[in-house]
Amino acid sequence: MYCSSRPALLTVDHLSMRFGGLFAVNDLGFTAYGSEITAIIGPNGAGKTTLFNCLTGFYKPSVGRIALTAPGAPRFLLERMDGYRIARDARVARTFQNIRLFPGMSVLENLLVGQHTPLMRASRYSLAGLLGLRGYRLQERRSLDTARYWLDRTGLTAQADQPAGSLPYGSQRRLEIARAMCTEPALLCLDEPAAGLNPRESLDLNQLILDIRQEQGIGILLIEHDMSVVMTISDHVIVLDHGSLIADDDPAGVRCDPAVIRAYLGTAEDEDLPTEVAADLNRTAAGGRS
Amino acid sequence: MEYFTQQLINGISLGAIYALIAIGYTMVYGIIGMINFAHGEIYMIGAFISLIGFLLLGTFGITYIPLALIIVLVLAMLFTSIYGWAIERVAYRPLRGSVKLAPLISAIGMSIVLQNYVQISQGARVKPLPPLIQGGLTLFSDNGGYPVRLSYLQILIVVVTITLMAAFTYVIARTPLGRAQRATEQDMTMARLSGVNVDRIISLTFVMGAALAAVAGLMVTLYYGVIDFYIGFIAGIKAFTAAVLGGIGSLPGAMLGGLLIGLIEAFWSGYFPIGYKDVATFSILVLVLIFRPTGLLGRPEVEKV
Repeated sequence: MYCSSRPALLTVDHLSMRFGGLFAVNDLGFTAYGSEITAIIGPNGAGKTTLFNCLTGFYKPSVGRIALTAPGAPRFLLERMDGYRIARDARVARTFQNIRLFPGMSVLENLLVGQHTPLMRASRYSLAGLLGLRGYRLQERRSLDTARYWLDRTGLTAQADQPAGSLPYGSQRRLEIARAMCTEPALLCLDEPAAGLNPRESLDLNQLILDIRQEQGIGILLIEHDMSVVMTISDHVIVLDHGSLIADDDPAGVRCDPAVIRAYLGTAEDEDLPTEVAADLNRTAAGGRS
Repeated sequence: MEYFTQQLINGISLGAIYALIAIGYTMVYGIIGMINFAHGEIYMIGAFISLIGFLLLGTFGITYIPLALIIVLVLAMLFTSIYGWAIERVAYRPLRGSVKLAPLISAIGMSIVLQNYVQISQGARVKPLPPLIQGGLTLFSDNGGYPVRLSYLQILIVVVTITLMAAFTYVIARTPLGRAQRATEQDMTMARLSGVNVDRIISLTFVMGAALAAVAGLMVTLYYGVIDFYIGFIAGIKAFTAAVLGGIGSLPGAMLGGLLIGLIEAFWSGYFPIGYKDVATFSILVLVLIFRPTGLLGRPEVEKV
């Protein structure tokens, strides 16, 4: 069991998501803490993305409770909220395994859509926006500043006016994170952000994620297949297999957890392997995956 | 030459009206990928509300024309918007996420409902309105040729249309509402995850389309002086044609398409047998669809991956 001195941010209790007779997530419970990177790992089909879909309102869980308590905000029960309210009020942002940008809009506009909530509020259904009232112009300037800040952080300033769909793959990934950050999230869910990146881009991305945790003090949930990334940057690792929780520990603890090794390598011979050998095997398997 | 100019003027004013209606089609298609076949009826309702508005103002003794026009314009936009909003809420929203054909059938049903509702509540006979805005400019009348008439009403129609289109283009391109509409158009799910209340954005799209259709209804009431419960059908089909011609989903496309349809109609009526004017309009549509299926300004459909 993982313990943290930081305040709990996300508490998932008895979460189940059933599709027909199949439990994609089965009685899952864990806690993710603020200002920490919580990695969610597991073999393909373990229910990681389903978990994200439950968190962000794509799916209504069959059973269970998902509570989010951000500092200075009331407690939100995400399983009861509409998708846009989860983003707007509970402030959960997410990125996708297959990138989802607004491809026809410019890079800058993508970041402005991320700030829709304060902008729309200030524009009063476009009336103030049409008339160019002061309150709206101030908010617009503030939003542009935020957008420029994240453009700068993700190295996309030069491409600000290009259509998002025309960016190279790695830049699109960074833009997606920038847009998520523009919503000022309390919890950032990253679904395989390093997929398809070359080693150099992947390293930059790790640094960006670490910096975000450091500077913004928000909680980050990270689905990742690359074990070297998981072991380097995460504070806390949750391992799923067939929809159930099989380990919940810090990276070092997970690495030598027999259940985890079984899930990744199969059950046949390795049950009796000494821990060191198993850990070694685990590392090799992880390398093969990335 | 004079005759040509006259047809040009007529065509532009007619085209402006089609363009106003076409925007409603194109915006709704752009954002939820559905053809709102009840939109022609929305325009018809706008015309009726305008007519009722003028008659009411007449009974209250408000006969100063500019004031009456503004009041009726606001009333028609307001009430027609409520119709537009209610139709989306009742007939389309419950079907969102169902098969694509369902809202389309629902729209056709809604169109029949509205037509019959107006026929029953207002009567089936043609409703006249005495001309409110008379007079105009006569161009080139001194050289003894064909006198070209440019009525004040035509000027009003074109000015109002251009003003509204400029305002709309600004809203779509620059305001948070327009940005949210474009975002919803591109990826509804992702817009929702960015905190956009997608249902409300869709409602507002219907409201905006209905408000423009109401203006078109008002203009037609003034221009022709007669309306009936059936005008929505043919005007709706033509505005839809305009939207497709310009490239459905594209706002400048709808404006251009409306203008072209108006011009085609006016010139055909001017030089060829008038009975075939609709044939001419729709033949052009067929040709465009054969040689440029995405319309004049439309983008080719990109398969989402």
